[in-house]
Amino acid sequence: MSTKERKIRVLVAKPGLDSHDRGAKIVARALRDAGMEVIYTGLRQTPEQIAETALQEDVDVVGLSILSGAHPTLFPKIMQLLKKKGMTDVVVFAGGIIPQEDVPALKKIGIKEVFGPGTPTPVLVEYLKKSVRK
Amino acid sequence: MFLSRAAELQKLVQGVFRGDKRAIARTITIIENNEPEAQKIISSIYPRTGKAHIIGITGPPGAGKSTLVEKLAKELRNRKKTVGIVAVDPTSPFTGGAFLGDRVRMQDLSVDEGVYIRSMATRSHPGGLARATKDAAHILDASGKDTIIVETVGAGQSEVEVIKVAHTTVVILAPGLGDDIQAIKAGQMEIGDIFVVNKGDRENADKAVSDIRAALELDTEDKEWKPMVLKTSALTGEGIGEFIETIEKHRAYLRKGALDAHRRANAEIELIEAVKQKVTESIIQDLRQKGEWIKATERILARETDPYSAADALLKQKPKQS
Repeated sequence: MSTKERKIRVLVAKPGLDSHDRGAKIVARALRDAGMEVIYTGLRQTPEQIAETALQEDVDVVGLSILSGAHPTLFPKIMQLLKKKGMTDVVVFAGGIIPQEDVPALKKIGIKEVFGPGTPTPVLVEYLKKSVRK
Repeated sequence: MFLSRAAELQKLVQGVFRGDKRAIARTITIIENNEPEAQKIISSIYPRTGKAHIIGITGPPGAGKSTLVEKLAKELRNRKKTVGIVAVDPTSPFTGGAFLGDRVRMQDLSVDEGVYIRSMATRSHPGGLARATKDAAHILDASGKDTIIVETVGAGQSEVEVIKVAHTTVVILAPGLGDDIQAIKAGQMEIGDIFVVNKGDRENADKAVSDIRAALELDTEDKEWKPMVLKTSALTGEGIGEFIETIEKHRAYLRKGALDAHRRANAEIELIEAVKQKVTESIIQDLRQKGEWIKATERILARETDPYSAADALLKQKPKQS
């Protein structure tokens, strides 16, 4: 056994009660096309479901997409649960509708980066390739 | 405090035996990535495998495999069994990436303590499974899961590798996919211990059931286990109970003796695969270090020789391994 077959594994998750997932699917598709393995779980996930999936799938990255405005309540819960499960080296980024003034608080709880609407997908791909420890 | 690599590995393996989910997840990743520790992990866990019942679920894309896997797992949980699931989806041959979406249909299972689900990309392995699928099933087996469900990619007619992993192979079909001629074709139609026509709430479901039954009756081989054909609806839940009863029936049949033969055949297949992998890798590695490798490639490129003659020439030069 000699050939290593390392891939970046990403969970794209939709916490809360959003009614559509167009943005999450665009991101998932772009990361797939960049050679990553993208696990997608569908709409309306609880923080517990997201953290548990990240654990079982042993992902390198978790991408949280949210439109509803519930990020100040849901994101800290997700970060706590990830920590509790020992997933401390996972890179968490967020996207969707998140006001600029909320970003510092999210970074404080460990969310590495927030990508708003209009972010070109290659920017995200480059960011993730750089951030994931090899 | 830093643990040595070996101690760390030992800790991981102990974690697997305790059913620790982080340990299971990490070991599957190591095996999937073919990291240097992969073989040691398999060696350590292998003695604890062979207890779980492994169910293989295959069938064409969109037949309802993942949805039915969720229903099956839920029913097994009602019967107090723990469940491990390995769900395989294809890797892009163009980019190497994959979109693993089987969990979308299994949302209710993700926080059940008695269920572990792993999505896996084929990483271009042929046959409908990933190279690491069988070993992932071994890990879940060693972790104490009672039943392991292996779901293949949406399979075509010739993707039959699941029978090398599963004790009970289930082919999931749906109405409207083809007539009785399709049902006589070789490949997938030969591997099912159980055939399930899902989406039984749709019209033509009964026609599909009788087409498959008719095709199976043409089988000239006198089999001890006659494949059974069922109708389910993952949507309404119809037939799920009967589905589990049939799986149990097949398991009981295996336990009466067929399981030994099955396991013996599987053990040999596993050995063949391991030898193939090791021989091929070591020979190629050896040959690559020689200048002739590049020369041969160039000559094939220039059409001065063909790949088979070049391979013969290279292998002749190679000293016999002791």
